[in-house]
Amino acid sequence: MIEWIAVYVLWLRELKRFYRSKSRIIGSLVVPLFFLVFLGFGFTKTAVAGVPEGVDYITFLVPGIVGMTMLFSSMFAGISVLWDREFGFLKEIMVAPVKRVSIVLGRIVGGMTTTMIQGTLILLLSTFLGFKITGVMPLLGALLFMVLISTTFIGLGLVSASKMTDMHGFQLIMNFVIFPLFFLSGALFPIENLPSAIKFLSYIDPLTYGVDGLRASLIGASSFPFMVDLIVCIGFSLLMVVLGTYLFDKSESV
Amino acid sequence: MDTIAIKDLTKTFNGFTAVDHITFSVEEGELFGLLGPNGAGKTTTLNMLSTLLKPSSGKADIAGADIYKERDAVRRKIGMVFQEPALDTKLTGRENLEFHAMMYGMNKEERIGRIDEVLEVVELRDKENILVENYSGGMKRRLEIARGLMHRPKVLFLDEPTLGLDAQTRRHIWEYIQRLNKENNVTIILTTHYMEEADYLCDRVAIVDHGRIVIMDTPDRLKDLLGGDVISLEVEGDIDSFMESLKKHDWIKTLKKYDTETCQHLGIGENSICLTVEKGDKRIPELISEAQNMDYKIVSVNLHKPSLEDVFLHFTGKRIRETGDNKNETRRDMMRRRMQG
Repeated sequence: MIEWIAVYVLWLRELKRFYRSKSRIIGSLVVPLFFLVFLGFGFTKTAVAGVPEGVDYITFLVPGIVGMTMLFSSMFAGISVLWDREFGFLKEIMVAPVKRVSIVLGRIVGGMTTTMIQGTLILLLSTFLGFKITGVMPLLGALLFMVLISTTFIGLGLVSASKMTDMHGFQLIMNFVIFPLFFLSGALFPIENLPSAIKFLSYIDPLTYGVDGLRASLIGASSFPFMVDLIVCIGFSLLMVVLGTYLFDKSESV
Repeated sequence: MDTIAIKDLTKTFNGFTAVDHITFSVEEGELFGLLGPNGAGKTTTLNMLSTLLKPSSGKADIAGADIYKERDAVRRKIGMVFQEPALDTKLTGRENLEFHAMMYGMNKEERIGRIDEVLEVVELRDKENILVENYSGGMKRRLEIARGLMHRPKVLFLDEPTLGLDAQTRRHIWEYIQRLNKENNVTIILTTHYMEEADYLCDRVAIVDHGRIVIMDTPDRLKDLLGGDVISLEVEGDIDSFMESLKKHDWIKTLKKYDTETCQHLGIGENSICLTVEKGDKRIPELISEAQNMDYKIVSVNLHKPSLEDVFLHFTGKRIRETGDNKNETRRDMMRRRMQG
């Protein structure tokens, strides 16, 4: 049984907080935009090996950067449990007569909403750089993969948060989890170019399938078949949500 | 019927025992106080009772639900006001209360009515739409309390409910707590290190020190334990032999030398003793003539009815440690009490 009213109020809170911290929204959009603009234009004349025929680099890059935006914002949304702990608000949430599943669900739905807004904004902004969204189905496909990436990494964020006691560990997570996940995912270049030992790591990176799914949807070219991306992404997101919920329930809130 | 039954509840943090085999029970509708200095284990006890911390050993039942095995059932029966602010600073005061109301499943009319009511009590009605990050410390505290009072649980835990509040707001909160307790039959456990608060509000008080309950009874009976009135004497000369000579009187119930810290706090010289006697006002002349006969000079005399402070001093050998910000207030309390005595 899930208390939907609790899920709703947690979702509403995330949205209000998001809307009220405009500097954070802008900050979270600037980095992906820099990547898009500088890498996109910087390498536009270069032939990057492995990029499909007839696809220019910036077109190849856009799904990767959308994936990157989703990765960073989702991890942050999951780890932000630690902020609540630091400010004491977690106690207020945890002492409430609400099932832990509902609390996690509220956080995931709230985080998903805000990260989807950010990812969609990047996708829209990329059209000003010449990226073309070819129809409704490609867009829906992309949104589906964005949702899956979001759930996976909010879940992973919750897992990370349950292993830390304060925000000091965030830099560590940034350097040793988020950046490797990003670089291994093939967001910036085709993973086929990587040496096989490293390529193996790419294959166990959930974001690899997320970015590949985004490419399959948006530009119709991908390393794996669409269905493989979809099934793997659904699998990872379910796994992470279950694991995140379990560890969140186990961790102490004071 | 006991609403709260606690048996040998213990919490250790990395070898440090914060709460050490605490056992007590609270009846339905009772207002129970845990009185003790900072670090005595009061908050840790409440955190365990409210399911935020898992006990290391021992057990506790709240309205029939086990705090370890039936956490969801316990949470449905309790409310809690935290000692440190647990507010979302990016929400307004009213939004914080709305969040709470919805988490506790209150319907819309009930929600609006109750929010208005509690905001009135803590006098934040005109500030309800300001983001909490712009609130002062006192305002946050008041909002926090308003939130705890909003839903009417079976059992309410109040962790230092009036810490750092001015006297007027404190009165309001006390009245509201009493009303909640009497009219709605809410069983309440509150922690405090304000003697006055424990004395005024609580049906029963447990004095806690170093994670253990030192003594537990009604405030009146605790004060009676000391027997009669408390007399403080500041003497010039060899205080130990003076005390020795006083010991032969059986009308002196207890006799104690104040430690340096207590003397400083009371604003008296270090050569001071404290004794409890019955009919203190009649005994003062006797004490003075006794001192004169033995060539001691009495510098000052003070007589007062025993307070919980004296009880605490008697059973733990020290005063409740005060933190800097409320020192003045305690001194004021002391003065008031001295004048009443």
